[in-house]
Amino acid sequence: MFDLSADDLTAIFLSVKVAGASTFFALPVAVFIGYALARWRFPGHAALNAIVHLPLVLPPVVTGFALLLLFGRRGPIGAFLDAHLGIVFAFRWTGAALAAAVMSFPLMVRPLRLAFESTDPRLAGAARSLGASRLWAFALIELPLAVDGLLVGAILGFAKALGEFGATITFVSSIPGETRTIPAAIYALLQAPDGDASAMRLAAISAAIAVAALVASEALQSRLGGRR
Amino acid sequence: MISFDLRLKRRGFELSCALASDARVLALHGPSGAGKSTLAHLIAGVIRPDSGRIAVDGVTLVDTESGVFLPPEKRRIGVVFQDALLFPHLSVKSNILFGRFFTPEAERRAPFDAIVETLGVGHLLDRRPATLSGGERQRVGFARALLSSPRLLLMDEPMAALDHARRLEIMNLIEKLRDEFKTPMVLISHSAEEIARLADEAAIIDKGRILARGAPLDVLPGAARLIEGGRFGLTNSLAARIEEVDEAYGVTRLSHPSGEILVTARLRGTGEARIAVRATDVALAKSPPTDTSVRTILRGRIAKIDVNGSPLAFVTLELAGGDKLVAAVTRLALDELGLAKGSDVFALVKSVALDERAL
Repeated sequence: MFDLSADDLTAIFLSVKVAGASTFFALPVAVFIGYALARWRFPGHAALNAIVHLPLVLPPVVTGFALLLLFGRRGPIGAFLDAHLGIVFAFRWTGAALAAAVMSFPLMVRPLRLAFESTDPRLAGAARSLGASRLWAFALIELPLAVDGLLVGAILGFAKALGEFGATITFVSSIPGETRTIPAAIYALLQAPDGDASAMRLAAISAAIAVAALVASEALQSRLGGRR
Repeated sequence: MISFDLRLKRRGFELSCALASDARVLALHGPSGAGKSTLAHLIAGVIRPDSGRIAVDGVTLVDTESGVFLPPEKRRIGVVFQDALLFPHLSVKSNILFGRFFTPEAERRAPFDAIVETLGVGHLLDRRPATLSGGERQRVGFARALLSSPRLLLMDEPMAALDHARRLEIMNLIEKLRDEFKTPMVLISHSAEEIARLADEAAIIDKGRILARGAPLDVLPGAARLIEGGRFGLTNSLAARIEEVDEAYGVTRLSHPSGEILVTARLRGTGEARIAVRATDVALAKSPPTDTSVRTILRGRIAKIDVNGSPLAFVTLELAGGDKLVAAVTRLALDELGLAKGSDVFALVKSVALDERAL
């Protein structure tokens, strides 16, 4: 059952690449936004919170469509990035990563925000009274104390990115080797007359990757918990 | 040397304080909500004044006129917090070396070994803050603040969260730090006892203003009178042993070397309890009255009488067993009874005025 075809392997590697890139680039932004929502009061706080959570409630197809409008070759942001930085999202694996990042973003922000909210803000003040700048206090005190939230956010974000389908296929279609991630491949296989066995294998593998990520995070968390 | 002249307006609160002092330990004293903590936050740089200036050791930390506002990390003010605020994810050693790491090399004057030794934290270095007792945590907090070689050590109610034995321990410690290290200190406290023992200068604060300043023993007895509304009387604290709970009457008997204390509550547990008595709730008698409803009658000797122009005199008694008790009585009564320093007297306290308190 586990003799994977070349296409299967391509889809698996592509998925890991897309989810990895998505998590890697979105996580720092999620840390910043989670921190801002937890610690700062500013005009537009509620609006920012709503925007962050929008992909969670919007139909994924709508999110993908919005990405297409904004980041497509002729979209305002897409055209700008293409012209000035040479970055193209449309119908590239980078576009799949962008779609995954947007879709998984609320799942990353939430645990981070909760983690920052549950640590005493006065600890950063104590660090600053000892000579640490704002940034040092964040790096040495607040972020380490929120490491649980960081891990949970990363794992959830990665798992969500791995399984993202609707926005991805709307935004960048399903091009084998470029944007056909595991879910898109499973969907394509199910459309073919003899694809069921292959679809089953890919389904099992995506489940295995997700479970492995979950187990790894649990293990990491209990190790960190033990040190406290 | 610290000097400040600050004004700050917040909703429902206005602070306007000016002071210059070169005391080794300057105490800021007042009831909660008086503005002590606001003042501490202003000195530490947590909040900005509307206008004013702060200078420590000749270095200007804040001067709104010339636009100077040093952020907290540039002030080099070591803060000791009421609940220590140790970094929970770091070992004790990393905690106390935290400030040292950020101190410019030329300014690292604080002697690690001497501070660790004086504070008795050497055996705790590998522990985590969560495993420390309250007193240990506070000692680590002092070590952490001192090792940042601060220009000033700012102690914000450092003993308020501790039980009596730990408070004594920390008081001893502050005395030692005061005598061993040259760092000037500001002690924020609502406890007259702490200030009388530790400070060489005290400023009484209420409603955002400094009402009096001077040597602690000169200003403390008057503080109760100065502070508006009397909501903050000079409060005594007695250590007594719980003897028995009288279920039928709903009272608890406690023993004190100077006599029996009756409290109108069922105190659980055994052992020592701290009893708070306001100076204004204590009456004095020359002989032990036998026909009175007052059940708590304590034997003592007058150690000191403070009068400062008001109808009331503050009489400090030394009770058997060494506790001190301040009674606020009229000067008229003192004169009519012929009481003076050295007189043997009996202090009478109504039971309802007694309050068990976890100090």
